[in-house]
Amino acid sequence: MGSYLPSTAGQKRQMLEAVGVSQIEALYDNVPASIRLDGLDLAPGLSEMEVSAQMCALADKNHVFHTIFRGAGAYDHYIPAIVERVCNKEEFLTAYTPYQAEISQGILQSIFEYQTMICELTGMDASNASVYDGASAAAEAVAMCRDRKRNRALVSAAAHPAVIQTIQTYCAGADTEVALIPTKDGRTDLDALRAMLCDTDACVYLQQPNFYGNLEDAEATGAVAHEAGAKFILGIHPIAAAILKSPRECGADIAVGEGQPLGMPLAFGGPYLGFMACTQALFRKLPGRIVGETVDAADERCFVLTLQAREQHIRREKASSNICSNQALCAMRAAVYLAAMGPQGLQKAAQLSYAKAHYLAEELEKIGFPRRYPGAFFQEFVTETPLPAEQILAKLEAHDILGGYPVEGGILWCTTEKNTKAQIDALIGLLKEVCA
Amino acid sequence: MNLLFEKSVPGRACTLLPDCDVPNAALPEQFARQQPLHLPELSETDISRHYTELSKRVHGVNDGFYPLGSCTMKYNPALNEEIAALPGFTGIHPLQPEYTAQGCMEVLAEAERILCAVTGMEAMTFQPAAGAHGEFTGLLLIKAYHRSRGDLQRTKILVPDSAHGTNPASATMTGFEVVNVPSSPDGCVDLDALRKAAGPDTAGLMLTNPNTLGLFDKNILEITRIVHEAGGLNYYDGANLNAVMGVARPGDMGFDVVHLNLHKTFSTPHGGGGPGSGAVGVKDLLVPFLPNRHVVEKDGHYTFEDAEQTIGSVKAFYGNFLVVVRALCYMKMLGGDGMRDAAQTAVLNANYLKKLLEPHCDAATPGLCMHEFVLTMEHLKKETGVSAMDVAKSMLDYGMHPPTMYFPLIVPEALMFEPTETESKETLDWAAQTIAEILERAHTDPESLHASPTRTPIRRPDEVRAARTPKLRYSFDA
Amino acid sequence: MKIPNELLYTRSHEWIQKLDETSARVGVTDYAQNQLGDLVFVNLPEVGDPVTPGESFADVESVKAVSDLYSPVGGTVSAINEELLDAPQRINEAPYDAWFIEVGEITEYGDLMDAAAYEAFCAEEEAKH
Repeated sequence: MGSYLPSTAGQKRQMLEAVGVSQIEALYDNVPASIRLDGLDLAPGLSEMEVSAQMCALADKNHVFHTIFRGAGAYDHYIPAIVERVCNKEEFLTAYTPYQAEISQGILQSIFEYQTMICELTGMDASNASVYDGASAAAEAVAMCRDRKRNRALVSAAAHPAVIQTIQTYCAGADTEVALIPTKDGRTDLDALRAMLCDTDACVYLQQPNFYGNLEDAEATGAVAHEAGAKFILGIHPIAAAILKSPRECGADIAVGEGQPLGMPLAFGGPYLGFMACTQALFRKLPGRIVGETVDAADERCFVLTLQAREQHIRREKASSNICSNQALCAMRAAVYLAAMGPQGLQKAAQLSYAKAHYLAEELEKIGFPRRYPGAFFQEFVTETPLPAEQILAKLEAHDILGGYPVEGGILWCTTEKNTKAQIDALIGLLKEVCA
Repeated sequence: MNLLFEKSVPGRACTLLPDCDVPNAALPEQFARQQPLHLPELSETDISRHYTELSKRVHGVNDGFYPLGSCTMKYNPALNEEIAALPGFTGIHPLQPEYTAQGCMEVLAEAERILCAVTGMEAMTFQPAAGAHGEFTGLLLIKAYHRSRGDLQRTKILVPDSAHGTNPASATMTGFEVVNVPSSPDGCVDLDALRKAAGPDTAGLMLTNPNTLGLFDKNILEITRIVHEAGGLNYYDGANLNAVMGVARPGDMGFDVVHLNLHKTFSTPHGGGGPGSGAVGVKDLLVPFLPNRHVVEKDGHYTFEDAEQTIGSVKAFYGNFLVVVRALCYMKMLGGDGMRDAAQTAVLNANYLKKLLEPHCDAATPGLCMHEFVLTMEHLKKETGVSAMDVAKSMLDYGMHPPTMYFPLIVPEALMFEPTETESKETLDWAAQTIAEILERAHTDPESLHASPTRTPIRRPDEVRAARTPKLRYSFDA
Repeated sequence: MKIPNELLYTRSHEWIQKLDETSARVGVTDYAQNQLGDLVFVNLPEVGDPVTPGESFADVESVKAVSDLYSPVGGTVSAINEELLDAPQRINEAPYDAWFIEVGEITEYGDLMDAAAYEAFCAEEEAKH
């Protein structure tokens, strides 16, 4: 009896007999003899105890930093305990996509609640049930804007590099041109954008706060895009959204972002969560699954996957996206996270992240790490360094601190509500030593 | 039941975050949000009970039989979850220095090594987050390959008419034109039609083998040869790998690129629709084009490398890493022998269930099947008015998840069963008996089937209303 | 099943009503709407788009399917029935009132049938099922 196989040898014999074959290999008659394997060149199976030990040993080879001052697309925000407890319920974990609404109301309702929360965060009218991550959400948003007459995407060079790369990969597939909007002083250069825009541009993508942590003039960018008849896509940080002007207030047509800060661990880059929301005018172009409210045969409120005729399983080669599996359980994590935080809790997380970053920036400035770019920022900022960044960061790592992310000769620092004043002061003390 | 928003009480909250311990800093007014933010205000008790109530309105693999064809709803081992929750995996920043994340990188390298052995491929990327994302990636690799050779006229992807909808959709997304290839009456690829379709404009063929009828295409070597001789590449959709892992390898069948659904074949949970992992394996000729950040080992040390002519990134970072952790756990548990055993047992279970059901209804194809099979309710519908949908909905009342309905498109009134290897003989006997009863009732009391289900949390939903007047979010004004 | 005498029909179940020498209205027949089931959305072309006999100019969505509509004529779209965007059920309720597009500058006609021929064609189709 192999792993997780309930049938005994005796039962298998009975079943083979019922099927009318003498041995199990006979079921593979259609497989040409020349490609049938004798076995795989792999180690034999192990017991659970052995596998557990091996996997724990692998986990032990990683270093979990005690203190983290690094963001750059993955943020160490606090995860309320209830998130893990709720989302590990086996019913949620082991169900498939909720095609059978009668026995999937739990998942369907949770997605409907998630969609509502994403609409609230972004101020938009409609949200889908999630896509793979923030980068692919941005790429899918660009695809929503493209049409016969408009086939170029303008993307801020101050967006996360992985987002830019992913947009480029998706657009290369679809033969859509991507042009980068240059930056000036760590922000998107609006004059350059004005000069670039033409009537064949589909959209402008801006990230708020941008990769360098700086706050952009999102409203003005949106207005410039709209003047040229292009759509405006705003990529946001979902916790910052609690205190920053919403995409709706900035005039966005589509809001997207990386949902990882909403209750997902760092987890070496995934699973994360791509969220997407848009205005009423565009909701039929949203890719992937969408849950809608309706009633059942007894006239009770219920929820179903809806607008499915947009999707690949029906529209096939005419579908505008191929996505089917998304990040449903991550979307549930985000919903539980937002329910636990509530409006005040989310604003507090944003405000704490903001205040700590500003305290850290001030303290760094005092010891010879001036900010590279002027103006407002959220929880991340770039500083110059008195010594090469690598040298400084290595020293911090030896003290169990993951310092900021090295970018273009400087360091991109990040704080969240998890960074205490004591941690920040200890960091400053250590940096003083290193640079003395 | 009520929504979170309807349970919200202004002023209620969980105590989660401490007060600010640094001087407060004020966000400049011009950036500040004015729009109200309606999030629910709840206690932890409220939240716990809400989701417990929701969990009782879901059917997972842990609840019961789940023979959803093409989805491989096998049991999701408990160990996977325990290991994926280790802080040594969850607490690792994707951009922390490589020397501090060697364990994570070894997970990726080890999973790659095993999956390459299973598929007969040379290298593998874990960046794609799901099967469709893997298809997208694989087709971009094919596109990059032809372009690198200056072979620019290859604009067409051949797709059999029995394929999953993602195949043609992925081909369109990657700028290819889709050429549908008909199936022959036995459900396999029509070789003559394939020969006619393949030519100097063929970029590649996408094939699921075993196909969506649950048949291993006996002409597989001829099929891949025809495409290769036309200058195209062969893409293996791994949706149905569970039938053949350890028995035959896509690489040996003539495929150049393959995607795997770790959330199907390799036991990671579906999570109500994700996250999955659509790992993509390639033969030598496509290695130079792999997505960014491929793990390589040098003298016992792991590093990330970008391929020379990479297609770029299909998402940020390295894919759904914790899903790969789970899959690696599973593969270590089974080992080479266990994987073969699992595949064979999956095929045995499908054949056994098919045999038990055949006296009561029509199979779309006669004889042996692989890990899944398709029934057609065409006659039943003519005789009794009871459709495949009615039969499927009736199964809900017995605590059984229905099979995949109305797919593949080439079979009328189709029901596609995939029992998987982790179901016992007792479960299969019970399922067959239950379905036989339902089919019997189609003749004696068809009305009861039209009206089903009646014992589920809700009755059949009005999908027309949902689509005609879309209500996609809760309204706080109402 | 209604098949008005004054209209012409295609083998793909569209009807066409000539408005004058170079313009016409196009919709789907009663037979078609019945086959398609409850329609939930339509995708219409834009005014000014060219249409070609036998080629798709719009599609209709039911809950589980999407179906193309094929133009009976060649010309240019001169009007679209925006009412259908908000009320696709009109197609099910009154298929011959629920026109999809008006085509102007008509340059060619595809193969069209009169009511009697179309009725016979539908009977044949029905027999196949």
